[in-house]
Amino acid sequence: MADTVIHSTGPARVRSILDAVDLHQWLMRGMILLACLWMAVMVVLPLLQLLSKSLVDHDGAFVGLANFIHYFRTPALSMSLYNSLFVSVVTTAISVMLGFLYAYALTRTTIPGKAVFRGIALLPLFSPTLLNGITLVYLFGKKGLITTGFFGYFEKSAGITLAADIGLYGAVGIVIAEVFYVFPQAMLILSIALSMTDARLYEASDSLRASNVRTFLTVTIPGIKFGLMSATFVSFILCFTDFGAPKVVGGNYNVLATDIYKQVIGQQNFVMGATVSVVLLIPTVIAFLLDRISQRKQVALIAAKSVPLTPKRHPVRDGVFLAYCSIIALLLVAFLATAVYASLVRVWPYDLSLSLKNYNFRNMGGGGYPAFFNSIRMAFYSSVIGTVITFASAYLIEKSKGMFLLRQGAYFLSMLPLALPGLVIGLSYIFFFNQPTWALLGLEVRNPFNALYGTMAILVISNIVHFYTVSFLTATTALKQLDKEFEAVSESLGVPFYKTFFRVTVPVCMPAILEIGMYYFVNSMATLSAVIFLYSADIPLASVAVANMDDAGDVAPAAAMSVLIVLTNITARLLYGLMTRGVHQRTQAWTRPVST
Amino acid sequence: MNMRRFCRFVLLWCAAVVLVATASTVRAAEEILIYTALEDDQIPRYLVPFKKEHPDITVKIVRDSTGVVTAKLLAEKVNPQADVVWGLAATTLLVLDQEGMLAPYAPKGVEKVAPQFKDSRNPPQWVGIDAWMTGFCVNTVELKAKNLPMPASYADLLKPVYKGHLVMPNPASSGTGFLTVSALLQLMGEQKGWEYLDKLHQNMALYVHSGSKPCKQAGAGEFPIGISFGYRGIQEKGRGAPIETIFPKEGSGWDLEANSLMKKSNIKPAAKTFLDWAISASAMKEYAKSYAVVAIPTGEPIPEGFPREPLKQMIKNDLSWAAKNRARILEEWEKRYGAKNEPKK
Repeated sequence: MADTVIHSTGPARVRSILDAVDLHQWLMRGMILLACLWMAVMVVLPLLQLLSKSLVDHDGAFVGLANFIHYFRTPALSMSLYNSLFVSVVTTAISVMLGFLYAYALTRTTIPGKAVFRGIALLPLFSPTLLNGITLVYLFGKKGLITTGFFGYFEKSAGITLAADIGLYGAVGIVIAEVFYVFPQAMLILSIALSMTDARLYEASDSLRASNVRTFLTVTIPGIKFGLMSATFVSFILCFTDFGAPKVVGGNYNVLATDIYKQVIGQQNFVMGATVSVVLLIPTVIAFLLDRISQRKQVALIAAKSVPLTPKRHPVRDGVFLAYCSIIALLLVAFLATAVYASLVRVWPYDLSLSLKNYNFRNMGGGGYPAFFNSIRMAFYSSVIGTVITFASAYLIEKSKGMFLLRQGAYFLSMLPLALPGLVIGLSYIFFFNQPTWALLGLEVRNPFNALYGTMAILVISNIVHFYTVSFLTATTALKQLDKEFEAVSESLGVPFYKTFFRVTVPVCMPAILEIGMYYFVNSMATLSAVIFLYSADIPLASVAVANMDDAGDVAPAAAMSVLIVLTNITARLLYGLMTRGVHQRTQAWTRPVST
Repeated sequence: MNMRRFCRFVLLWCAAVVLVATASTVRAAEEILIYTALEDDQIPRYLVPFKKEHPDITVKIVRDSTGVVTAKLLAEKVNPQADVVWGLAATTLLVLDQEGMLAPYAPKGVEKVAPQFKDSRNPPQWVGIDAWMTGFCVNTVELKAKNLPMPASYADLLKPVYKGHLVMPNPASSGTGFLTVSALLQLMGEQKGWEYLDKLHQNMALYVHSGSKPCKQAGAGEFPIGISFGYRGIQEKGRGAPIETIFPKEGSGWDLEANSLMKKSNIKPAAKTFLDWAISASAMKEYAKSYAVVAIPTGEPIPEGFPREPLKQMIKNDLSWAAKNRARILEEWEKRYGAKNEPKK
């Protein structure tokens, strides 16, 4: 067919181009519809199922808001809402502040070793949040390194008492663990915001003889306003919905996420579990909407004439920031090192000789090495399939024309998963996928998705949905940098859009595509909250094994399994680094200035 | 137009969807799915004789804590996955029974099981295999270091010297936690029982989510005394932890590990074969290596560390009372102790 297009001339050729354009348009529309449908089935329907579950009683009779009234009348339960809000606000304040200073050092100063500092700051992203809790127990628990003053080592050798009991179990422990978890995310968002600025503003401020403080308050802060808001909301949502850390170090300090687990797993009260899930959803959805509204007001900071800011040397400032970054980096490395050490100790705290015994996992809950390899498989599938789906959807929404409402709808649906806690996804997936039939207008309809229940597929889908939004935004950002002219030109030449997609769009966006793939992989490896409700007999998972072993009190093997997860993720990250370097050289040549 | 390119693109898209959709498993005819809450270190040992006697049946095991297994079963109520439940707490099997999820079945040899170890109906909805009971795990090294006396009874635990040194499972998330609380309420009567728990609460450092964890925490010295169950303490000692297992003087709360056939549209013959085996002499012999009390006496010696007359250690326990009042007890428990926020120093 392609040949006929090229060889024919005159009006016939124009007509055939028009026909082709028409066909392509319809094809594109069909695929957008498909993308919408996919999000509707995987996000909206399960959520509706969850919501309806919170409005009925144990026997399925409609009771309106009675469950919510019961919830708020039970002091032990409503207290959790307050507790969750409290630890989330404190964590957010601390991590946004720490993250801002760190990001500032990386973007606006001339400290050496920025790449190393950035790499270290991302370490917590690679580990399950349970590990943060477990490590804290090894540091600050009753038999922890710090609590016992390194087992009295310094007291004996130097006469200094370094022992200190911080009363880990409770709000203190949760906040410390969550700060470790949230810090890298806040730092990443803020460093992007800080790197997008116009040097001319600073020149103007300088020539007006504004003081440094004044420049900071009137140029820097307003410039990153939206980044700051985003970092705040994202930190809040992450902390508010996390389940791993409070489970290990929460002690008797109840939060919503552990309440859901207790209701569902401990008391098998699904109705209350659904109710608490909805309560958990409310603040996250509010935070999400506020963030969306504020982003909408954002105008492009970078105009065509912008000049990128190159930080100037400033010995005192740089010295202070170097010290600050070193301390934080040291803490992060020491934290991980503690986990590795604890996983190698034979019997903490009685026999501190090292062995690989804890890496044996025999006669242990959770599934041992098969679970570990399942997790790698799952992360791999999630990464490949997730990247294809996410990038294709982002492309369709970003680059197609017409169907404005449908595209807006698809965009909103793509943003929504950010507000969904993993526990909510997991629980709603049980309700949705294990239902063999639906009652539709009095008719019994077979649930076509029922076969997915208990398979690898449902785990992969839950991961793709759970981590969809950030990947989608990465793809959209990359696509936006690509001029729409490409599509316009191809269309006028009668080149089908998929040809442009594979020949131009994909190669140009390769760095972003690889980043999405890596993001899916490391998160799927470490995640616990969604999959803990969904994994089945054949498919035990590493992160669930960590939770089960910790639950049974086998803390050292739990630490060992977490260390394996972290190592896998670091390997994936290094591979990604190597791949992007290769890809950069081949596909990004066009971004370099032409040499003459 | 280049149809090949177009097809490739559509195919890629579809492939992703299809790949996700068809990854479901195919089951062989003689394969059964078993849900169990037996301990991880017991299952492989228990299954050795079964595999020898029934090489034609493939068993797939879902093992998790009592709470998770029960929640999974209830979540799958409309579309049950498991064929058999093996070694799940009788009090939670009673909950499943109330939901009408169990199928009555009298396994071969059920007449040899003593009446208090099985459902009273005929055929029974569930049949017990062994009993597990409350035991304190006490870390002798830490006790000496902190100069604490060895506790011998529930009453001892109220002594002020133990303040902040005790840890126990939360009854809302652990079967062991619940059987201990329900035993105390039955031993002392409800009013006295709650008064006792109020005082115990004053000494308690932490409530945790599993029955094994207090014992392992005691073993690691994190908290010197953990209220747990006998088997776990004896195992920990065997693994070299400085643990002494104490069975309280007043008597231990207990629950049965029991089996049941799941009600579903296609009940497999292999499921019944498994249930027959699960109370046979060869199975009982394996259980008896872990537990002092099994449903059919085997003549095997009682494992090291258990009381010599285990039946006397067990309190008079009304399992159906415990099952019926479970929700109420847990709600009361949450009201009294759930809202406490900071652990006491």
